[in-house]
Amino acid sequence: MANLYRDTGVVLRVQKLGEADRIITLLTQRHGKLRAVAKGVRRTTSKFGARLEPFGHVDAQFYPGRTLDIVTQVQTLDAFGVGLVSDYQRYTAGCAVLETADRLAAEEGEPALRLYLLVTGALRALATTDRDPSLVLDAFLLRAMSFAGWAPAVDECARCGEAGPHRAFSVQGGGVMCDGCRPPGSSSPASDTLRLLAALLHGRWAVVDGVSPSARREASGLVAAHLQWHLERQLRSLPLVERRARVADD
Amino acid sequence: MYEGPVQDLIDELGRLPGVGPKSAQRIAFHLLAADPADIGKLQDALQKVKDGVVFCDVCGNVSAETTCRICRDPRRDPSVVCVVEEPKDVLAVERTREFKGRYHVLGGALDPLSGVGPDQLRIRQLLTRMSTRTDGQDITEIIIATDPNTEGEATATYLVRMLRDFPGLAVTRLASGLPMGGDLEFADELTLGRALSGRRSM
Repeated sequence: MANLYRDTGVVLRVQKLGEADRIITLLTQRHGKLRAVAKGVRRTTSKFGARLEPFGHVDAQFYPGRTLDIVTQVQTLDAFGVGLVSDYQRYTAGCAVLETADRLAAEEGEPALRLYLLVTGALRALATTDRDPSLVLDAFLLRAMSFAGWAPAVDECARCGEAGPHRAFSVQGGGVMCDGCRPPGSSSPASDTLRLLAALLHGRWAVVDGVSPSARREASGLVAAHLQWHLERQLRSLPLVERRARVADD
Repeated sequence: MYEGPVQDLIDELGRLPGVGPKSAQRIAFHLLAADPADIGKLQDALQKVKDGVVFCDVCGNVSAETTCRICRDPRRDPSVVCVVEEPKDVLAVERTREFKGRYHVLGGALDPLSGVGPDQLRIRQLLTRMSTRTDGQDITEIIIATDPNTEGEATATYLVRMLRDFPGLAVTRLASGLPMGGDLEFADELTLGRALSGRRSM
């Protein structure tokens, strides 16, 4: 059993395989995106139990198989799922985090340490803090895009680099644009919205918390449009994210 | 590759869930050697499953008529409704012989990763059913029996949120915890945690 290897990772997705198995897609610390088979995991008597459910942060051991590797042992590090499924808004935001991570880590086996740390950080914030899930998701999406090289320009003009603040935002153009460069059809979001985008990208939560709900909604729309333009396809979970304002009893 | 109809049959069987190329070949040759009467019965069953099966208007379960056997049965308690994901879950609960109420089949669980939101499930039909009386009785208890996995738990959370404003309605969830016949040391942290938080006095 010399080929066994071990890694920590977040379960991004599970697919049924055969009678009682599942293919588990993990975003791991050292091996990047990894697809492995968990044998018998759907049986109630499975030794894996609920450890390999989506949102699970696990320490797992694998055995290299012919096509897919086999999961041999799993230990839970953080059960983010418990905190997420008890609140539908957090659950939908968490699903969008997982799907985005799955799409951005396109190549299996290519290390993606920064994305892994970002995903665990976002899931931890969603599952254990009181922060607005919608804002945590937008901050995650902006930073994940920045790791992929698609960060929207939020301060300087995306085309000529002239220092801002600017008024226009163009998804196709790559972010904010000065009056000279703005292409036809670019939107003119409120100045608070652009301030919020910059604060989310740089993690300035003191600024984020003071922004109005309307600016938050507008920023979410811009982030979603920017992400889907660069991914070149629709994310299935994003339209299902609940973007309502938080109420006290939730 | 085999010739003509045999290969066609193997290809078609191979598209079924859980049937690989070897299994498909084994089933195909079994059918080739089988009695024509048995093949006729299989043909009839396949034809009927597409032509004769409809979904119950009330609960969404598979049925031979517009209202299923359970919804028509006057001995079943209409005030208790067990909400399940799939028709096969109705059968699983029925096998316990413990439940005498009626069912509501959602047709899946909330799974944004697969694009399934509240509008794709029969949640609206459940809410409509809540506001109409069946056999002169109101629904007084909803038992949420979705799968004890991430999607099932999220669906349960969503249903609780939708149902909490109905006056006099008890919303309960199936207990989850340690399976009978297992060892405590092999239980995973989540299951053991649920078993602890849902413990009962004896």
